[in-house]
Amino acid sequence: MPEALADLIARHGAGAREIATRDARLALKDFAANSPFGGERSRFAGRSVALAVADMTHAAAALIDLDGLARRILLCPPGWDAAEIARAAALAEADAVAHDEGEPPPFACEIAAPVRLPLQPRGAAAATKLATEWVLPTSGTSGPPKLAVHTLATLAGAIAPAPLQEWATFYDIRRYGGLQIFLRALSGRGSLRLGGRGEKLDGFLARLDGVSHISGTPTHWRKALMSGAAARIAPPYLRLSGEIADDAVLSGLAAAFPQAKIEHAYASTEAGVIFAVADGRAGFPAEWLTRRGEVEMRLVDGALHVRSPRRALRLIGADAALTDAEGFLDTGDMIEIRGERCFFLGRRGGIINVGGAKAHPEEIEAALNALPAVRAARVYARPSPITGALVAAEIVLNDPAAASRELERELIAAARARLPAHMAPARIRFVADLVISDAGKLSRHG
Amino acid sequence: MSIRDLVLKEIRTVADEQGKTLPPLSDDLVLLECGLDSLCFAILVSRLEDETGRDPFATAKASAFPSTVGELIAFYEPLDA
Repeated sequence: MPEALADLIARHGAGAREIATRDARLALKDFAANSPFGGERSRFAGRSVALAVADMTHAAAALIDLDGLARRILLCPPGWDAAEIARAAALAEADAVAHDEGEPPPFACEIAAPVRLPLQPRGAAAATKLATEWVLPTSGTSGPPKLAVHTLATLAGAIAPAPLQEWATFYDIRRYGGLQIFLRALSGRGSLRLGGRGEKLDGFLARLDGVSHISGTPTHWRKALMSGAAARIAPPYLRLSGEIADDAVLSGLAAAFPQAKIEHAYASTEAGVIFAVADGRAGFPAEWLTRRGEVEMRLVDGALHVRSPRRALRLIGADAALTDAEGFLDTGDMIEIRGERCFFLGRRGGIINVGGAKAHPEEIEAALNALPAVRAARVYARPSPITGALVAAEIVLNDPAAASRELERELIAAARARLPAHMAPARIRFVADLVISDAGKLSRHG
Repeated sequence: MSIRDLVLKEIRTVADEQGKTLPPLSDDLVLLECGLDSLCFAILVSRLEDETGRDPFATAKASAFPSTVGELIAFYEPLDA
């Protein structure tokens, strides 16, 4: 019988472990006899269930309850509207929906039940456990959604036994990066702390006393560094994933949290967890490209291709195959080798074409982030009638009062000294905050 | 500042930033021969759009593209000026 999430929790006992958000606490031991669906639980047996709730605690409760019971769970990310949910539900052949109490189901469906907290007593547990498929939308920003099909085995494959870890994550657990932390916490010995709905980052940081392991995107971490609340915590372990970790954010975190082990992980919804880098430097050792083993990597036309048993089993809603004939998956992440080190340049699709010369926004952001006056930068394409596109940037300054036309010129000059001419921003706008997507990453729209 | 002064100032600024040397700017100086490359022009046009709030390239026919400094200045001068 396949191992279900309940078995992962039981590995080290539920004890006093819990999932705590700002608004609710879920005691893991309560799941032994209770369900967020109460007596309606059995209606989901063998079904393809769209999990579409606004609140993360409710999502966590439903995931723990449905794994092994449902045939498939579609994890709808927060922020999806009813049309997006319905479209993905059709692709995932959802024949059931778990939705918010007091709200109508987001699409018409014969089997619909609300996720209710606190948990209610459930009937007898199903006799058989299914190898439930976990279906996650990939984080593509345009076009119809692609859905990646995982199981608990592929999702939890990179999680090694560990001593007591008290986890917190800035992510939503319905994103791949947050889901990793959710599964790490549940299969470990400690508890998990999550953000509340609409909770600001500094409010969340203020609730993290006693947490030992914290994960988020580099964008989350830059915001954390900007927040005075970060000074009140001293976690022994920080993890970055989901975006390129540049030297500026890594050294900023090392200075702010001198006691911490800092790792940046490379993973994607399709490819799974590929590696984590612990030496405090951006990029990863070039020799890893020739390593043989469970996970293998190679470069094809500058793009990183990976082969891993933790990858998604298949994609739903995509024409192209997930992997090539040898089982390698094209990540679309562009790599440059400098000496003994590989550096991520950015997404292949995100390249800005300046009159035929290519510029990766992420590489330019890394150069801007390294300037002393800069707290955080977002680079985007500005249409140009001459070159098709130009590089432009939004910058949050360490000292917002210093914003001036003069400083803009200085920063452009500093960028030009470090980058090829077409990559230096033509224009810089000073902003109070950068636009962050629901996935906790810098917005790549316009 | 007049449109003329603004265009000339931005040409000099961009040339300075990009390390280009300009010949004396006269109205009949051909833009492609003034030492600025297409990246410089792209930056110049984006700055002029920001300063004037106008993007004449968005409405111009290809044949009407300015070829001299004087035409570039006229390009940004409002029709009623």
